[in-house]
Amino acid sequence: MDEWTKHDLLDLQELSKKEIEKILETAKSFKQVSTRDVKKVPALRGKTVVMLFFEPSTRTRISFELAAKRLSADTINISASTSSLTKGETIVDTAKNIEAMNVNAIIVRHSCAGVPKVLAEALEPSIINAGDGCRAHPTQALLDMFTIKERLGRIEGLKIGIVGDILHSRVARSNIWGLTKLGAEVTLCGPSTLMPVGIEDHGVRVTYDLNEVIENSDVMMMLRIQKERQNNIYLPSLAEYAKHFGINKSKLKKKKSNLLIMHPGPTNRGVEISGEIADGESSIILDQVTNGVAIRMSVLYLLLGTKESLT
Amino acid sequence: MALLIKNAIIVNADKISHQKADILIDKGKIIEIGTALTKKVAKQIDASGKYVAPGFIDMHVHLREPGREDKETIETGMQAAAKGGFTTIMCMPNTDPVIDNCMIVEAILKEAARVGTINVIPVGAITKGQRNEELTDMFELKEAGCLALSDDGSSVLNSKLMRLALEYSRMTGLLIINHCQDTALSGDGVMNEGKNSTVLGLKGDPGISETVIIARDIEIAHYLNAKIHIAHISLRRSVDLVRAAKKQGIQITAEVCPHHFTLTDDELKSFNTNLKVNPPLRTSADVAALKKALKDSTIDCIVTDHAPHTPEDKEVDFDHAPFGMIGLETALGLAVTELIEANVLSWPQLIEKMSLNPAKVLGLANKGKIEEGYDGDIVIIDPEKEWVVDAKAFLSKSKNSPFIGRIMRGLVETTICGGKIVYRQ
Repeated sequence: MDEWTKHDLLDLQELSKKEIEKILETAKSFKQVSTRDVKKVPALRGKTVVMLFFEPSTRTRISFELAAKRLSADTINISASTSSLTKGETIVDTAKNIEAMNVNAIIVRHSCAGVPKVLAEALEPSIINAGDGCRAHPTQALLDMFTIKERLGRIEGLKIGIVGDILHSRVARSNIWGLTKLGAEVTLCGPSTLMPVGIEDHGVRVTYDLNEVIENSDVMMMLRIQKERQNNIYLPSLAEYAKHFGINKSKLKKKKSNLLIMHPGPTNRGVEISGEIADGESSIILDQVTNGVAIRMSVLYLLLGTKESLT
Repeated sequence: MALLIKNAIIVNADKISHQKADILIDKGKIIEIGTALTKKVAKQIDASGKYVAPGFIDMHVHLREPGREDKETIETGMQAAAKGGFTTIMCMPNTDPVIDNCMIVEAILKEAARVGTINVIPVGAITKGQRNEELTDMFELKEAGCLALSDDGSSVLNSKLMRLALEYSRMTGLLIINHCQDTALSGDGVMNEGKNSTVLGLKGDPGISETVIIARDIEIAHYLNAKIHIAHISLRRSVDLVRAAKKQGIQITAEVCPHHFTLTDDELKSFNTNLKVNPPLRTSADVAALKKALKDSTIDCIVTDHAPHTPEDKEVDFDHAPFGMIGLETALGLAVTELIEANVLSWPQLIEKMSLNPAKVLGLANKGKIEEGYDGDIVIIDPEKEWVVDAKAFLSKSKNSPFIGRIMRGLVETTICGGKIVYRQ
């Protein structure tokens, strides 16, 4: 039996299928903890988990914080905007100062790709990537996979459509690596200007026809369109985007009866998803949020807890 | 004070002479080449087993002075250059203040003369303050000592200004060097746009940002029958454009950096900010095309684009790190390892790219050859010597090289400039 050996969680590309499945499996039992009256287990008692967020986040940070607390770890929150780093102090310097206080894990979010990887190479504590630039958001993809599996019993062979701004989406990238590794058929759909160069070479299909995705998918993941993105020249208008790539009740008429709708949040109602669909019976958006805590407990436990075997 | 180099294997751009020769240099010039010269001189160097070549000329260096003396000074840059075998370097104008008037040119030349080792020739800006708005006083820059003008670091994006600069250059004779990059296309890209940028989630700078400006400049140069030099060419499509233009008789020359013919964007997986350069590292197809273009002389010169940065500036996230790597002290090692060992170029062809062609492109009549009457600018090379790049051994003030730890072949043993020994290993 293989032991869990990974020290950090940076991206799903570097996890094996077996490791991904282990995280999903472990999350099952932790999900149950959150439904108890006393929502706490002593697994990480005495461990310190630092959340180092260089980019604002509410739900991911809260989800990690709850996960750590429910495992009895001590948590510290640091919101450091990139500009607040004093001149002359590098990111590695900042993190080394935190390391020097003998912490066990640092959960990092940064607007630039690669920062968690650079920190993981320089530091001893486990580094968990909570989102780096457009590169990766592994716990989001893991919780998405967990939620799909919980509902449909499997990932393999499912037809999954990811719709929206793929170019700037770390959620899409991590899901592409994870879902294809677990045998899903992934189709990307979105404006051609927001499709990353050469993404077809990574075992996914690209279409610009939303109806085709609606008709064929078992699961659709709707991505948030960043209204605030300063480079809005990628799109003629939000209205045109909503018309061609947003979903609403009438567009979903031709869907499979058991189609599941997901969204990593926060939603732009009326743009990529209508309110009635977000709140409707196909939507499992709140399940994703609930499962996020369980997945993050699982990740923290596997990285910091007593080493477990993989099977 | 005369200097005699004994038992030299002379490598010029046209041939390598295996018959050992002695070279006598006096008053800064090569005055005699022959066998068993016995003239009594103050200083004598035995070059047995070594290659003796005309000193390298680097048309593309950033010395950072004035403005960022914490990264490099004229003095430390000159030391690094001498260690790399360079006897003449051209320093780019994107300093603070910009080299856009005679006073700054004179100040740099004065400091270089005080250091008194190798030749430093400032490159003047094409537009005042490199602001892309109005031309600099080009005759004034020429009279102060410039041979070439460039807005390096950024492109002359205004096509009308580019036309006027090339038109004016017919009169001044100053070489116009363009850093070709359409910034509307490159945007905030930090690496080559392609399969690797997609996987790494880093913003891509597409190759077309380089090629569209090269194509534009070729058209302007053709229309005006003017000369143009393309800085740090990095793409297969770019060399195709230059090759086609040369075939049509357009007066175009081009340069390439060692890192662009050595590394690909696959390396970016490490997120090492020392790999962040502009133009960015490209693909293996581009590397192959650059080598082919060196071989068939589509590319005329090898330059370093030596771009020193402090660790404080580089050790930030990839998006915020400045572009550039140092290159003066690794250029020969990379050229020998990647070009000569890989049978891309012969030794004379390498000397052509590093010494003779830059001299020709710049109109330096007495440089680029070991021949009687030429300047006593000479590099003595141990062609077989293997060495490991060591950060502590850099003479440059900055250490931002991705080649630290790499094994290279070919080491500069001695550099002589104007008959004076300016570096000894």
